[in-house]
Amino acid sequence: MTVLAGFFLFPIVFMVVASLKNDHQIFADMNSFKAFLPTGDLSLANYAAVFDRVPFWRFLGNTLFVTAMVTGFGLVVNSMCGYALARMRWKGRGLVFGLIIATLILPFDTTIVPLVYLVANLPWVGFNGLTPVLELGWLNTYRVQIIPFIVNAFSIFLFAQYFKSLPKGLEEAAAIDGAGWLRTYWRIIVPLSKPVFATVAILTVVTSPATWNAYLWPLMTVQSEELRPVMVGVQYFFQLDTAWGEVMAYMTMITLPMVIVFLVFQRAFIQSIASAGMKD
Amino acid sequence: MASAKLASRASASTEGAAAGAAPPGPSRPRRRSFARAEQRAGAAFAVPGVALLLLFVIGPAVVSLVLAFTNARLISPTPPEFVGLENFQRAFGEDATFHKSLLNTFLFAAVVVPLQGGLGLVLALLVNQKLAGRNFFRTVFFLPVITSMVVVSLLWRFLYQEDGLINSALSMVTGGAWAGQAWLANPSTAMGAIVVMSVWQGVGFHMIIWLAGLQTIPEEIYEAGALDGTTPWQRFRYLTLPLLKPTFVFVLITITIAAMSLFVQVNIMTAGGPVGSTSTIVFQIVQKGFQQQQMGYGAALSLIFFCIVLALALVQRHLTRDRD
Repeated sequence: MTVLAGFFLFPIVFMVVASLKNDHQIFADMNSFKAFLPTGDLSLANYAAVFDRVPFWRFLGNTLFVTAMVTGFGLVVNSMCGYALARMRWKGRGLVFGLIIATLILPFDTTIVPLVYLVANLPWVGFNGLTPVLELGWLNTYRVQIIPFIVNAFSIFLFAQYFKSLPKGLEEAAAIDGAGWLRTYWRIIVPLSKPVFATVAILTVVTSPATWNAYLWPLMTVQSEELRPVMVGVQYFFQLDTAWGEVMAYMTMITLPMVIVFLVFQRAFIQSIASAGMKD
Repeated sequence: MASAKLASRASASTEGAAAGAAPPGPSRPRRRSFARAEQRAGAAFAVPGVALLLLFVIGPAVVSLVLAFTNARLISPTPPEFVGLENFQRAFGEDATFHKSLLNTFLFAAVVVPLQGGLGLVLALLVNQKLAGRNFFRTVFFLPVITSMVVVSLLWRFLYQEDGLINSALSMVTGGAWAGQAWLANPSTAMGAIVVMSVWQGVGFHMIIWLAGLQTIPEEIYEAGALDGTTPWQRFRYLTLPLLKPTFVFVLITITIAAMSLFVQVNIMTAGGPVGSTSTIVFQIVQKGFQQQQMGYGAALSLIFFCIVLALALVQRHLTRDRD
């Protein structure tokens, strides 16, 4: 098992260690265990060089903003939709449920090219001062990175499954107390459903093609540097020469935050992924 | 949305007897107005999600269905023209790169699905034992999942270089007998190298899924099995495996879809090369549909890809269905 652990750890250890060495030493140490040991001439020069090469804080801010928006709006929209499907009777419910089941197996990549075509031609009402202006096309914006990824069939499905398991009669009791649907949902259902909210939030951050790991989509739809996320930033390190030390430093910088969040909330992470598999 | 809010506020303030815009009728039975408020509120709750789903998931699928029969380009002064089945004739008849990509994708999935699913189960069984440090090992096996595929691909691209870590490790193990090779530059090893890396990155995810399945099996079943004098292998074969069936279906379908969608690794590590040996369906969709701006052709390839995934999912569902 220790050998297996070594197999899973060695690339990550190597990455962090190499980020502290200059390129000459990285290659010199490659033939021995020194590759995994912080030995020789160590410095933070690679990290300083990263800040010279890319607007790191800007990239990180963009990623955090888009991730927070997709996850936050996703929780609201998907949970309300799941709630309506699980616990309310209304016309068209069967149809909507069928639609969601049908899109469950649709991989995002099958729609990515037509989606680019679609967003390139979508209108938007912008503001020039206080005057509304009709704009055409969503390319090169924050909204193109956020709005198409808020809704998620799997999240709706997880919410619906969870809400169904809550005791019957909650709504009737709330209605007798004079609470309307929105109030019942917000004051009674949401507080009872914290675990599923945590699960969906974590799954969104870890697996959505638009959150922390967003790469292909922003690569295709966002050209301006000020709006790009961290993963697209790796491109800037392969332009003329490849300084591997800098690459290792940058990769460490965009990996560590997530690893730290994972280690702190480990139990919740494991639980959410486990519960994703249990809903069959 | 706003009207739902108002409706619920209103019903809250009028003892739930009437809701929102509906004329307050004190004689009307309470039950019926509750049902009507439910109708309205249910639809209102679902509307944002359904609208976004229609626009950004169903919408592109329909767009793709239409564009696939045209010569549309991403940015073009002339409007798209209807070209019939031309794109599909090109995909199935002439486009040798696409044929190769189809084959590569199936090959990749055929290797990765059993490898990643099986290794995931092995890891789950290992960390499910009651031994010291099992949480540590679980964390370590899961770490690559937390690491972005972009980072993982770049990292392994470096490890696979001719003077990279993989070669020097092999050389050390074989006492210098191993002559290094650039794994990703050789058409016969490039795909294998991507397989190993992909499994390394993804297996932790499925270990957790298997583990959750294992932990639903009650301890008493094993105790009963042990009383009957069964061997550990028999208990695994005839108790554990059948009880893991629902987990198996989930693991099978999720790995298959992920494997069929192979893209990031290829894009970063090999750009489909050398000589097309690692090109995949999604890589071709992005190449043709986006890089070369042939939206119509890209849409046709997307449609073909969708049909393949759908067919695979249906076949798997059929094969793994409950027979009782």
